[in-house]
Amino acid sequence: MFLSTPTSPHIHAHTSITMVMMRVLLALIPAIIAYIWFFGWGLAINIVIAIAVGLSCEAGMLKLRQRPLKPFLTDGSVIVTAILLAFCLPSLAPWWLASIGMFFAVVVAKHLYGGLGYNPFNPAMVGYVVLLISFPREMTSWLPPNLLNDLNVGFVNTLIAIFTGVLPYELTIDAITSATPLDTIKTNLGLSITVGESINSSALFGDFGGIGWEWIGNWIFLGGVWLIYKKIISWHIPISMLASLFIISLLFYLGDPDHNSSPMFHMFSGATMLGAFFIATDPVSASTTPKGKIIFGAGIGALIYIIRVWGGYPDGVAFAVLLMNMAAPTIDYYTQPRVYGHSKD
Amino acid sequence: MTRRLFDFHGGVNLTQYKKFSTSKPVMPARLPKKLILPLQQNIGEPAEPLVSIGDKVHKGQIIAKPSGSVSVPVHATSSGTVIDIGLHSVAQASGIKAPCIIIETDGLDQERRKGRRFIDYKDLSPVELRKKLLYAGIVGMGGAGFPSFIKLDPKEKEVATLILNGAECEPYITCDDMLMREQAVEIIEGLIIMRYMLNAKQCIVGIENKKKTALASIKQAVANAGVDYIEVVEVPTVYPAGGEKQLIQVLTGKEVPSQGLPLDIGIVCQNVGTAYAVCRAIEHGEPLISRYVTVAGSVAKTRNLEVRIGTPISDIIEECGGNRRTLSRVIIGGPMMGFAIHDDQAPVIKTTNCILVNSVVSDVPLPSRDKLAMPCIRCGACAQACPVDLLPQQLYWYARSKEFDKIQDYNLFDCIECGCCDYVCPSHIPLVHYYRYAKSEIWMQEREKQLSDLSRQRHEFRLARLERDKQERAARHKKKRAKVEKDTGTDDKKAAIEAAMARVRDKQKHSQGAPKNINNLTAEQQREIDEVEARRAKRNELSKKIKTPNSDDSKTQ
Repeated sequence: MFLSTPTSPHIHAHTSITMVMMRVLLALIPAIIAYIWFFGWGLAINIVIAIAVGLSCEAGMLKLRQRPLKPFLTDGSVIVTAILLAFCLPSLAPWWLASIGMFFAVVVAKHLYGGLGYNPFNPAMVGYVVLLISFPREMTSWLPPNLLNDLNVGFVNTLIAIFTGVLPYELTIDAITSATPLDTIKTNLGLSITVGESINSSALFGDFGGIGWEWIGNWIFLGGVWLIYKKIISWHIPISMLASLFIISLLFYLGDPDHNSSPMFHMFSGATMLGAFFIATDPVSASTTPKGKIIFGAGIGALIYIIRVWGGYPDGVAFAVLLMNMAAPTIDYYTQPRVYGHSKD
Repeated sequence: MTRRLFDFHGGVNLTQYKKFSTSKPVMPARLPKKLILPLQQNIGEPAEPLVSIGDKVHKGQIIAKPSGSVSVPVHATSSGTVIDIGLHSVAQASGIKAPCIIIETDGLDQERRKGRRFIDYKDLSPVELRKKLLYAGIVGMGGAGFPSFIKLDPKEKEVATLILNGAECEPYITCDDMLMREQAVEIIEGLIIMRYMLNAKQCIVGIENKKKTALASIKQAVANAGVDYIEVVEVPTVYPAGGEKQLIQVLTGKEVPSQGLPLDIGIVCQNVGTAYAVCRAIEHGEPLISRYVTVAGSVAKTRNLEVRIGTPISDIIEECGGNRRTLSRVIIGGPMMGFAIHDDQAPVIKTTNCILVNSVVSDVPLPSRDKLAMPCIRCGACAQACPVDLLPQQLYWYARSKEFDKIQDYNLFDCIECGCCDYVCPSHIPLVHYYRYAKSEIWMQEREKQLSDLSRQRHEFRLARLERDKQERAARHKKKRAKVEKDTGTDDKKAAIEAAMARVRDKQKHSQGAPKNINNLTAEQQREIDEVEARRAKRNELSKKIKTPNSDDSKTQ
C-alpha cells in the first residue's frame, strides 16, 4: 500500500502571488488612464519600456542564479515595479531613463539581495532614486497638464520624442517643461512669495493640489481603497502615513498659512497617494506587524513633510520610504502582537 | 438570554462540504472479520495485555489493563479469538507500527453480562464515577484522546464553566453533528454527569450556527432535562472556532494561559462525543467500544457510520463504496488538521472522527497546495489569519534559517498547527510543516541537551565518587594507623612489654650464670665444682698475664 502522505493542511485557498500582483495592477489602471489623459501617451510608452527591460533583466538574473524562469517571470512583481517606476518619470523622459531605472531596480535592488521576497528596499524606489540623483535634469523635466493635448502631440510623436528626443513643430523639451506645483511653491517661498500668492498666480494649481495631479491622486486613492477592501493591502500603512502627513502639515499650516501649504495640498501633490497605497505598502520591504505598520507609515508621512519643507528635493516620498525600509526589521522586532494566552502587559 | 460572544483573531472561512454526510441517518458499520486494537489510543502510557494468543474474548471484556497514571484499559469490541499480539499499522502520521491485540471475530458479538441495570449517577461519588470512567476506557473524543477520568478531576480547583464543544469546524466532518441530532438526550445527560463530577457552576454548549438541526435537538434536550445551568450558544462558523482555546475565547472572552490548561482559568472543555460516551458508561455500564465516524471524499456513499473501535479503515472504505485500488491519499480527520496515513489497514481508534478518502481519479479536498512554493513576500496574510496572533511570516523566516532561539522569541510553541496561515499563503509555502520541523528540532536539541547534561552529571558524579572513595580510603588508613599508634602508646602495654623484656633478660642472665644442672647439688658435688671453679679462675688469671702485652702490641700496630 503506497499512499501519499503530505502534511496538513490538505486544502488551500485559491490564491497566488500572481493573483495578488494582478489585483495591484488592476487597482492602478484608473490612475494610468487619468495620467495619460492629462499628460499624454508618454506614461504608456514608458511602462512598456520598463516592463520589457525589467523582464529581460529578471530573466537574465534568474538564469545566472539558476532559478526556474516561468514561475518568477509570471509572478507579476516585475510588472508592478515597472509601472510604479514609470509613474515616477516625466512623460517625455528618454527611453534610456526607464531602462537604467529598471536595471537598477531589478538587478541591484532585487536580485543582488536574493530576488523576490528578499529585497530590503523597495526596488522601484531604488531605481527612481538612482535616476533622480544621476540625471536630475531629465528627471525634473515635467510637463504642465494638458499641454500635449493642446499642442496636439499624439502617440506617434510622443514615441519619437521618447526615443529620439525630437518633438514636432520645432518644439524643444526644455521649452515646454515647467515646474511641478511642489517645485513652484518651494522656489517661490525662497523668493519670499507666499503660498497663497503662488497658487493664485499660477495656472498649475487646481482645487487641492496641481491640476491633473489631484485627479490622478483621486484615482490612486480609489484604487487603494479597493485593494484594502480586497485585503491585498491592510489599511495600516496608507492611513497612518496620510494621517501623519496631514496632521503635521495641518499644525504648520494653522501656525502660518502664508508660508506653509495646506494639508490637502500635501495630500494630493507629488507622489503622496501613490506612495501611501502602492509604494509604502510593498510587503517585502515594509513592516509586517500591525503596530509596526502604523509606525512605519507614520514615519514615512513625517519624513515626507521634512524632506518637502526643509530638504533639498521638492518631493520626498522615495527617500522617506527607503529610510523607513531600513527601520522596518527593528520596528517589527519591537512591535510583535500579544500572542493568545500571554499576559496583557 | 443571549450571551455576549467574543471574537478570536483571524481564522478563515472554509467551504463546509457537510451536506452529503448529514443527509442519511447513522448506520452501524459491518462487523469486520478482524479487529485491530492498539494498546495505545491516547496520550499517556500504553496498556498491558491481559490475554494471550488463542484466548476467547467476549464483547466489552478488558483485554489490556492500564499501566501508569495516564492510561486506560483496552476492551474487546466484539467477541472472538485473539489471533495475534504484535506490531501492526496504526493511524499515526509517523507511519510507525505499534503493538496491537488482533481479534478474529466470531460474528456472535456476545457479551458476558445479560441483564442491564440502569445506574443513577447521583448514587455514586465523583471518585467512584471517575473509576468507572477509567475502567470504561473513556477518553476525550475530539482530539488528543486525553483520559477523561483525569480531565474530569478538578483537583481542588474551582470550575466555573464546563464547556461542551459541538463546534466541529473542519470541513467534511459531521460525526459530532450527527451525534447531536440523534443522541441529544444522552449527550445532555452526560453533560449533567460531568458537571456533577466537576461541581461546575454553569455549562455552555457551543454549537456552530450553521448546524441548525443539531442546535434544535440539543435545545430540545436541554429544555426536557429541566435544569437551569445549561446554556446552548450558537457560535459563528469560522475555522477554527471548534479549537478548544478558540471556543473558550468566543464563549467567555478568557484566554487559556500559554503552556497552561483551561482548568487554570476555571474552565473545562469536553467534546459532545465524550459526553455521550460518559453517559453510556455511567448509566448503562458500557465501555467505549464504538464511535461515530464520518466517511467522505472519493466514496460512493458519503455518510456517518457507527464503527467498532479496531475496525480496519480499508473495511470502512469498501463498505462506503470506495475503490481501494485507486486510493491516493487517506486522511484521518479533516482537511485542515488531519494527517494522511501510510496504510489503510490501520484501525479506527477512539479519536478517529473522519476518514477522508482521495483517489487518483479525483482528489477531494481541492485545490491543494502547489508543489512549488514561491518565496515569502511577507504579505502578512498569514498573520491576519492566525487565530493565536502569531507572526507566521517571521516564524517561517527563522525556521528556514534554523534560528531556533529566535523562533522561540516569536512564540513558536503557541502555534496550534490549525493550518490557517498555510491555507491563505499566496506563495503556497508549507508553513505548518516548517513549524513542525522547528518544534521537533527544538525538542530533539533539548533531549540531546538533557542527555548530555545527564552524562556530564554522571561523569562528574563518577569523578566525585572516585575522589570520595580515595579520600575515604585514605581516612580509613589514617584512622587505623592512628589507632595502632595510640594502642602501642598506652602505659599498661608498655609496662607489660617491659616486664616481659625484663623477664627474658633475667632469664638469660640466670641461665648464663647458673646452669640448670647445678641446682640441688650434694655437698660433695658442690666441693668438686668449687675446686673446678678455683682452678678455672687461677688459669684465667695466668692467661690474662701472658696475653696482655700481645694484645697491647696488636692495639698499637
